[in-house]
Amino acid sequence: MAIFLTKQSKVIVQGMTGSEGMKHTQRMLASGTNIVGGVNPRKAGTEVEFPGDVTVPVFGTVAEAMAATGADVSVLFVPPAFTKSAVMEAVDAGMPLAVIITEGVPVADTAEFFTYAQAKGTRLIGPNCPGLITPGESNVGITPASITGPGRIGLVSKSGTLTYQMLFELREIGFSTAVGIGGDPIVGTTHIDCLEAFQNDPDTDAIVMIGEIGGDAEERAAAYIKDHVTKPVVGYVAGFEAPEGKTMGHAGAIVSGSAGTAQAKKEALEAAGVKVGKTPSETASLMREILS
Amino acid sequence: MDLYEYQARDVFEKHGVPVLPGIVATTPAEARAAAEELGGTVVVKAQVKTGGRGKAGGVKVVHSPEEAEAAAEAILGMDIKGHTVHRVMIAAGARIAQEFYFSVLLDRAERRYLAMCSYEGGMEIEELAVERPEALARVAVDPIEGIDKAKALEIVAEARFPEHLHHKVADVIVRLWHVYRNEDATLVEVNPLVLTDDHEVIALDGKVTLDENADFRHEDHAALVDKSAENPLEAKAKHMNLNYVKLDGSVGIIGNGAGLVMSTLDVVAYAGERFGGVKPANFLDIGGGASAEVMANGLDVILHDEQVRSVFVNVFGGITSCVAVADGIVGALETLGDEATKPLVVRLDGNAVEEGRAILAHANHPLVTIVETMDDAAAKAAELAA
Repeated sequence: MAIFLTKQSKVIVQGMTGSEGMKHTQRMLASGTNIVGGVNPRKAGTEVEFPGDVTVPVFGTVAEAMAATGADVSVLFVPPAFTKSAVMEAVDAGMPLAVIITEGVPVADTAEFFTYAQAKGTRLIGPNCPGLITPGESNVGITPASITGPGRIGLVSKSGTLTYQMLFELREIGFSTAVGIGGDPIVGTTHIDCLEAFQNDPDTDAIVMIGEIGGDAEERAAAYIKDHVTKPVVGYVAGFEAPEGKTMGHAGAIVSGSAGTAQAKKEALEAAGVKVGKTPSETASLMREILS
Repeated sequence: MDLYEYQARDVFEKHGVPVLPGIVATTPAEARAAAEELGGTVVVKAQVKTGGRGKAGGVKVVHSPEEAEAAAEAILGMDIKGHTVHRVMIAAGARIAQEFYFSVLLDRAERRYLAMCSYEGGMEIEELAVERPEALARVAVDPIEGIDKAKALEIVAEARFPEHLHHKVADVIVRLWHVYRNEDATLVEVNPLVLTDDHEVIALDGKVTLDENADFRHEDHAALVDKSAENPLEAKAKHMNLNYVKLDGSVGIIGNGAGLVMSTLDVVAYAGERFGGVKPANFLDIGGGASAEVMANGLDVILHDEQVRSVFVNVFGGITSCVAVADGIVGALETLGDEATKPLVVRLDGNAVEEGRAILAHANHPLVTIVETMDDAAAKAAELAA
């Protein structure tokens, strides 16, 4: 089953004809994703050829692409200045899921398009995220598919590279779905959304949750786990050494005052019965013990 | 990016928020001249990006240019919570009848904005929120609708302002919202917002945080960066487009991806406990798809940090190929030649890991040690820095 993304998902790429879009569309195709179209108003009606004799049609709008292909997922490789209008277009077309890879989107734009999407029923993942992968079925975003395999662990993480690290460490057990929710202050899909989906997914037996400093999403996720999640959860939190007031790459990863520290998040998770690893490797070991 | 009070004052003025005249001074003589220009009673205020400057003696009310000069002399160079005072603002005095509080900020949890307002100002807002939460109105702001006059009136009513002040304060709140929205701020705070004896509502002190992701649509924001406050290594790294933060330890860190690099700092500090408390020297994220050149630039910055005694290169090749990373390391060491004197511990995993490790093994540089796992590599780097 997996969550949010399966073999049946039909994916379009907004920004496919740009250099990042081209590179990652090729990688997504190579990992088995069913990509049914790209969107670019200036290249509507053309086709793009990819290695392995694959041609992908380009449509002028998301609505046209959906009408022609039945697409139900859109992935966006659109520069920050144009991300808001691209997301709004996907939402207006009634796209069920839009995955926003773009890094550097102004948070006011995210706040606006998230509010809009929520009212119209589109699920957003990201921005500033690696996307999501259901190994062996579909891969939407920039996760390197070859580092892991299918299995019964669900993973949710703010960080891309820590997602990769964990997918790699636990590749022999494998994953149902891994969702990179992104490191911005406002993200479309939260830890809690993913925990709920994994709890309800019959193909997921255990969950890895990776968090980092900033905000209180992990604390709220801990409260949710305590009340609603019966599957085992292991956790990891990054940023114990991050100083107050300094942004470390992720716009959301900033500690202000006493709120949002790694220690507070770790304690909240442990209080909810989550085993928290001191390093990514130790976290992977905790998961192996649980599933052995 | 947090603004200084005088910068926030300027931004407020630009959007029609009522403020008092203020002049920045970097020397006591300039402070004196500023006080002369403003005339009468003025306030000499330390310009630092931290709170509690009043308690630290960084704010003085003075009655003559001579007193302003003396106050500036005392305040300039002062250390307030680790921030050295390089500037003061000489602000015109105000006859304050009453103090209020207003702020609008990002509400991460609810994924919208939050306006906070109180009729009772004059105390730390954190204290007010704990001790008299009923006195602090919290009103959700829709990101699409924002704060118009009707919304502002709702906020002041919620904050229990007496009716005769509603319109006056609401008008200022609408302008403060314009600051928030039009400048792409993530925080606009006015504490205190004051009512003067002659019945004017004025923003007496402001705190503004701007969203750096929105810099592309605000060319004027670049001028607000305080270059003098930048660490020289951070400035160099910024110039090379590297995402670098200087820290206090002795293990230089290079990695890819913000989360993995933050994790690397933690793992090094954890391993460092066994070596007398060895700590990471920096945060440096070379990003996804990093080239050999970026790797070389990163090494260049870190090897020039005098506090660094060993370097830990921790890369998980997702999009980044370990070949590019290995080439970058070898190339940087060649370029640096004799300047490179610090040992490097390298851990590579993921995309093209075997080829990457082979390049390093072949180069066989005496400073480079390859370690297979992140935890073992962190321990090795900490040991070398101890």
